[in-house]
Amino acid sequence: MLTIKNLHAKVDNKEILRGINLTINPGEVHAIMGPNGSGKSTLANVLAGRDSYVVTAGEVTYLGKDLLTMATEERAREGIFLAFQYPVEIPGVSNINLLKAALNAIRRHRGESDLDAMDFLKMVKGKMKMMQIDQSFISRAVNEGFSGGEKKRNEVLQMSVLEPKLAILDETDSGLDIDALKVVSAGVNANRTPERSMLVVTHYQRLLDYIVPDFVHVLAHGRIVKSGGKELALELEAKGYGWIEKELKAQAA
Amino acid sequence: MNVTSVFNAREHYLGVFRESAQLAGANLPWLKNSRVRAIEQFAELGFPTTKHENWKYTSLASLDRRGFQLSTPGEPHPDCVAAIVNLKLDSDAHLLVFINGHFSAPLSKRKDLPESVILSDINSALETHPEKLERFFAETKFATGVGALNGALFADGYVLVVPEHTEVEAAIHVLFLQTAGDTIANVKNVIVAEVGSRARVIEHFATLGDFAYFNNISTEIYAARDSRIEHLKLQQESAAASHIADIRATQAQASEFASYSFALGGALSRNDIATYFDGEHANCVMNGLYLTQGKQVVDHHTRVDHAKPRCVSREFYKGILDGASRAIFNGKVIVHKDAQQTDASQSNRNLLLSDNAEVDTKPELEIYAHDVKCAHGATVGQLDMNQLFYLRSRGIDEAAARTLLIFAFAEDLVSGLSYLPLRQRMEHILMSRLPDADLLKEFL
Repeated sequence: MLTIKNLHAKVDNKEILRGINLTINPGEVHAIMGPNGSGKSTLANVLAGRDSYVVTAGEVTYLGKDLLTMATEERAREGIFLAFQYPVEIPGVSNINLLKAALNAIRRHRGESDLDAMDFLKMVKGKMKMMQIDQSFISRAVNEGFSGGEKKRNEVLQMSVLEPKLAILDETDSGLDIDALKVVSAGVNANRTPERSMLVVTHYQRLLDYIVPDFVHVLAHGRIVKSGGKELALELEAKGYGWIEKELKAQAA
Repeated sequence: MNVTSVFNAREHYLGVFRESAQLAGANLPWLKNSRVRAIEQFAELGFPTTKHENWKYTSLASLDRRGFQLSTPGEPHPDCVAAIVNLKLDSDAHLLVFINGHFSAPLSKRKDLPESVILSDINSALETHPEKLERFFAETKFATGVGALNGALFADGYVLVVPEHTEVEAAIHVLFLQTAGDTIANVKNVIVAEVGSRARVIEHFATLGDFAYFNNISTEIYAARDSRIEHLKLQQESAAASHIADIRATQAQASEFASYSFALGGALSRNDIATYFDGEHANCVMNGLYLTQGKQVVDHHTRVDHAKPRCVSREFYKGILDGASRAIFNGKVIVHKDAQQTDASQSNRNLLLSDNAEVDTKPELEIYAHDVKCAHGATVGQLDMNQLFYLRSRGIDEAAARTLLIFAFAEDLVSGLSYLPLRQRMEHILMSRLPDADLLKEFL
């Protein structure tokens, strides 16, 4: 599904990613962990196509295509979804209209017809129920005045409506209390299918108790320095990120 | 040295005043005196120049260079009927039509109203109810020469007096349609909401053509105890029009005043909108949206006088500027000495779509009480890149996302209108002004 080779990227002229290599197959859930500033969010944003992130070397192949030459909206239409760490408020644009426009953009790209308005509304309402989002949010402006937890639930709602092939969750657990974390995780898990891949970026192991990954990668200084199964997350939790730093120093010495 | 006779607008309008034999209410001594006081002050003041603090960013040099003639009432232009139909106005509303500043009874359509409500042109009202109007002509000191000129030369306008505990349910739509150029219209409007009454007035300015002319408008509003007045202004005149308006409200205890100013047209438009809280627990909403392009200059000067305790003011102005246009926003809030527990907020946000557009925004808070809550903020910027990325990451293409964000910036304000016909009109106007507006269909 996704192959990343030797990816280097800069933000504000500072090199953040320094040679990422990663392969994600259909249906796999990969967790990216790492200390603050290691480049986790940069990786998520580069994959989604944020303009201010400049790729300086490497390649990314998504479903056999060169991802890096695709515009942000094209990536979305091809099935990439980024759940934002800080979902953006858009006063004046209602949730339901954004969802409808987004879904129709994806459907048209696939050569499908627009969804019937009533069917669409029914589908969205069902998914809102699962995410425990009040129906009144349907006509409210996108993320405007939402609490931190409501914003994150709204991201997962969008994901479940848009049904991406590759979902990238950027610190979806940050700012959530345990109840909200359970709702968000249940929403994500309900979207796991044998075909859909996920890249779950998180600072804490806690999220991975609920969204159990197939693989865990540790990012430090812009590189994946350690990969393993879900037990790697537990080891990290027990030993802290300092452990990785020490190992790296030992290797360098 | 090449000396030619320099045109002098002040002399020109003094001459116009001398030659204007029959102005409204000529038989009323207090009105005659009021006009004399006004013309004397105009003679003294002339038009303000950019040396005046309140006119620093808005030059009236273009008005000083040419002499407009008084427009004369007459048969309405034959295209008027069709033009009014084309405007698709709210068919439930009471309609008052002014052509080139003069009331047209045949084009107006007043629906059934309680008999005690006065809704008419000012000339009729001066004949039938002079006693209701006298206090609005007691002005002894005009703030500017433009206001003084209006006081001296006003020829028409509308009057609305809503009696105690009466609600005018249908909106009152006052259409000022310009069908000729080179004229000045001095219009004086009066709204009185007696105790516990309610009404909604739309002042709508439009042009049938691309004429250069000068609309000099004065609207005075008195909101008695527990009354509610909504004053909605839509200015969409020709790109050559000059429009200067002075809207002044006085609010008694627990009254509500909502003012919306939508400024879309004209070469030069200036709105002074003010309210004075003369009783406790009164509140006002002062909102506005300006959309400018080309070389337009749009200026809003607002003022809220918190003269009594426990009043609330909410002010929200937004602007979208394109081309080499300029906007000026100056919002003054004065909290007087004993106006404790005042709650005032003010915000002005501007979106610049072009490098050549310019905004001068200035909040002015003067606070002389100690127990108050006052907030203000002003921003000038381009489209938000985070919002743009968010929309694109959901599959919305860039052109549509840009258009949507511009629309949403304005819609945020327009959606606050409780009067649906104007809200829809504004949304329609917005769509017609945006590039790629067809891309927005599914967002509406």
